[in-house]
Parts: sequence; structure tokens; C-alpha cells
Amino acid sequence: MAKFFTKEHEWVEMDGTQATVGISEHAAHELGDITYVELPPIGKSVKQFDTLAGIESVKAASDIYAPVSGKVVQVNDKLEGAPELVNESALEAGWICKLEAADPAQIGSLMDAAAYAEFLKGLG
Amino acid sequence: MGYSPNTPEDIREMLAVIGAGSVEELFAPIPGELRAKSFQLPAGMSEFELWAVMREKAAAGGAEITPFIGGGIYDHIIPAAVGHLASRAEFYTAYTPYQPECSQGTLQALFEYQTAICRLTGLEASNGSLYDGGTAAAEAALMALRVTGRHSIVLDASVNPLHRGVVCEYLASVSAHVEQVDPKGCASDLERLMASITGETAAVMVQNPNFFGSVEDFSALAAKAHEQGALLIASCYPIALGLVLSPGEMGADIAVGEGQSLGNTLSFGGPYFGFIATRKRFIRNLPGRIVGETIDRQGRRGYVLTLQAREQHIKRHKATSNICSNQSLCALRGLMFTAALGKQGFQDLASLNFDKAEYAKSRLAGIEGVSVLNAGATFNEFTVSLGREAAPVVQSLLASGIAAGVPLGEYYPGMDHALVVTVTEKRTRSEIDRLAALVEEALCN
Repeated sequence: MAKFFTKEHEWVEMDGTQATVGISEHAAHELGDITYVELPPIGKSVKQFDTLAGIESVKAASDIYAPVSGKVVQVNDKLEGAPELVNESALEAGWICKLEAADPAQIGSLMDAAAYAEFLKGLG
Repeated sequence: MGYSPNTPEDIREMLAVIGAGSVEELFAPIPGELRAKSFQLPAGMSEFELWAVMREKAAAGGAEITPFIGGGIYDHIIPAAVGHLASRAEFYTAYTPYQPECSQGTLQALFEYQTAICRLTGLEASNGSLYDGGTAAAEAALMALRVTGRHSIVLDASVNPLHRGVVCEYLASVSAHVEQVDPKGCASDLERLMASITGETAAVMVQNPNFFGSVEDFSALAAKAHEQGALLIASCYPIALGLVLSPGEMGADIAVGEGQSLGNTLSFGGPYFGFIATRKRFIRNLPGRIVGETIDRQGRRGYVLTLQAREQHIKRHKATSNICSNQSLCALRGLMFTAALGKQGFQDLASLNFDKAEYAKSRLAGIEGVSVLNAGATFNEFTVSLGREAAPVVQSLLASGIAAGVPLGEYYPGMDHALVVTVTEKRTRSEIDRLAALVEEALCN
């Protein structure tokens, strides 16, 4: 399934109305060793680009923003004991949470993988 | 870097760089009414002259007064070892060590301090200290708002009124709601406190012993708070913890308090330190510095500041606190005090306080017109009614060298007759007898 990316380096993958959210490999690499992922509470409602979760590394603490509006239905509990999964597999095993998307069409405002790769080149 | 003041030449050079003609011109944008008219500094003094002035001030500050005053700050023994160790050059800087490679001693001492606070409070995680009891209470309230995502605090009005003032000031600035629950006589109104907890309540804040000296058991209140998804914040008096239930034993989620009684001198009101401890699962919401134990690349034990992503130098405005500082030297005195006494010594000290206060209570209760207002147990502090306004009586006893207690009228409307009397281990039987005799004499007039 195709992933879509935000300018803040989150990715989202839609399966019907269910949106799986994570951070990009670029973001994971820039953060360095990730020490803690502050998972959102199940049931939390967020609007697109609102703060969804938090992530801490040896270098920085950052917010993770919601790529689409929705309600948190599942979180990746494995990150509680193994936050390094985000470094090892940002796009697969290191997913952060799943949202029940309010408006799946919002992915139209995001970048596909190719556009994101171009966007990263622009950041130099 | 030198510490000498700027010479006229330095000043000229700096003004030239920024293109200002004079210091006056530099400060010109500051409105006149905000400018100091004069600093009115006296002329310089020789060392001998200065010593004479300081001795005079020390004598005038009440060195000859026997205090029966508590209310949050207490006159306890301080073993000589505390002053000696705390004065060592290795410790004698209050600033926080960021660099573990050159600060192992201070970091280890703060780590031990955190351990002592955890053992005293019965909780699992302490930070490296805060400014004082009031700000610690306020930080605990802010922490509860973060943990629960709620915006309301239920505050027992038998918590120290000065600390309540700080809590309310802080919470107003984040638009949180504070509901104060009046005490029932000298006891916390547990029923009303429980009834005030709703699904919107982030925490209930209480104090043990409370401001009137009454010893409380907040276990049922903690359970009730937890049922509603709220936290219990318990402010405590560390010396009392040698005898009474700890916050952890009662089920409290956050313990705070004023640390002065642990090895710090009264010193006209400060500097002191505040402490805060919590359960491990809330550690990421603790404010301020935390020292952790780790190993280096060769497997040797070492200490570092840890979980720093909570703090303002990393998380900026989203930091858990913008105090983010501590009172290292005062906290280290607290550690040295607890270490000098040891567990048994600490319990003995608490018992001595209790016994002496009970003696004083019985002596005062024997005076005609005086009655004890606490219905239940007290520790080293209790509230009596003098049957007349207490403040003038306290004032009259000062002339005889006795500070009889804290009159409650200023803090609790309608309690003008009430006086909180504190008796620490330092008060002798003859001092207590003298207090009773002087109170009796004052009430006869």
C-alpha cells in the first residue's frame, strides 16, 4: 500500500478508513537514537496536523503531528519497551499508531513517496 | 574570566562598539519613572566595620528568642557534620552540574539525596530538588494537570496558606480551576473533599500533618481520587515522616514539601529547598533535574543527569517546568542530615518531637481559658484557643523572649483566638514550662 508523507516527516498509509501513522526514515535518522515514544491515549481525537504523539531521542524531543484527522484506535505497544524499533524499521515495525480517519481524502494534501524524496533533496 | 567591575575604559570601548555615546544615551529608551532615582548605597566599609554591622544585625534578628513557631519552617537540631561537609569546596556551588565527566561527586550526592527523599516519602522517583515547599506544591499541581489532561484541582484549605497562595498563583496563569475545601474545625473535611472530586479533577491536594497540626490518614481519599482518575498530592513535613504514615503508604501519587527542616538553618526565611517525589510511571512528567545511575564504556558505575528531554533546554516552552533548577547545596544539607541521623535516629527524633509537644499540650490545656482545638492526634504542632485574640498575646510574650506560636486569625477568618504552637526536640522542659507560665500570666491580665 502506498505511503503519503507530510512536510513534518510523518507517513500515513490508508486501509479503507484506517490510517497507520509513523515517522519517515529521514526523520528517524535525523533524530538519532530514539529513547522514548510518547504514545497517544486510545480514543484521542485529533485534527490534521495537530500534535498526535511525542518522540525523544538522545539529541532532541519532537512532536509527531497527525497526517490526517481522526481518532486513535490502536497504538504500537512494542515501542514502550523497544523505542529503537523506530530507528530500525521506521516504515514498518516502528509504526506509531492507527487512526480511524475522519476524512481519508485528506491524503490528497500530502506528498507521495516520490514527491517526498524530492522534498528532502530541497532541504539539502 | 575576571570578576572585576568594568573600568571606565572598558565602558568606553563597549559603547564605541555598539555606537552609543554614553551610558545615559544607552538607557535613554527606558522611561524615567522606571529608572532608579538613586541606589542609595552607603560608603564602603572595612572588614572590621562590616563584621560589627553584621553582628549587630544578627543579634537584632531574634537570636535570644525561644521559638514555638512552626507553620512550615522549623527549628531543629543540625549535626555539626552537616555544616562541615556542605562547606567543602567540592560541594560549595549551588549550580547544576551538566558535565558528568567533571561532576561525579555532586551528581552522586544528588542521586543519594533522591534516594533519601524516596525512602522518606515512600515513593519511587524524586527529582534533584526544587526551590521551596510552595513552588514544589505548585509544580505538583501542574504535573497532575499534565498527567491527567484535566484542568481542575481540589485543594484542602488546611494546607499551609502560604503554599496555597503559590499554587493558586501558578494555576491562575494556566487558567486551571482551583476549588478550596474549608477544614472542619482543625481537621480536613474528608467527606467534602471526596464529594468535590469529579471526572474533571486532576488532583486533590492535602497536607499531613495539616496546618493546624492535625495528623490525618488520607488513604480513603487517595482511593476515591483514583476511582475518578484523579491523583492525590500530599504535602508533608519530613521530620514527621519518622512517625506518621508516608504519602506512599497512603496511596498518594505525588509527595511534596518544604525541605528546610532537614539540616537547613532558619536564616530569616531562606534559602531552603523543596522536594517532590512520585511513582515511577509518572517520572517523565516530573519537573526539574533528575540524576540517574549508569555505567560507562568500561562498565564502571557513574552518574548523569537523565531524562533531560523533559527540560526547557531541550523542549523549550513544552518543558515540564520552566523552573528546571534546583537548590543543590540546601538539598545536600538535607541528605547529610538524614545520613547523619540514620533510620533509627530519624525515628527517635520524630518520637522526641511528639513527646515534647504532648507535654506542652497538656501544660497549656491545664491553663484556665485555654483549650486544645485538634480533635485527633497531632505531631509536634497543635492548635489551642486562648479564649481571646491570640496575636496581642503573642506580641506581649515576645518581650519576655518567647515566640509563642502562629496566630491563625491572619490566615483563617474567625479563628482570631487560635494559636498554632510548635514544639521541636530543641525545646527543653523548662522552656515549655516558661511558655505555659507566661501564657497563663498574659491571660490573667
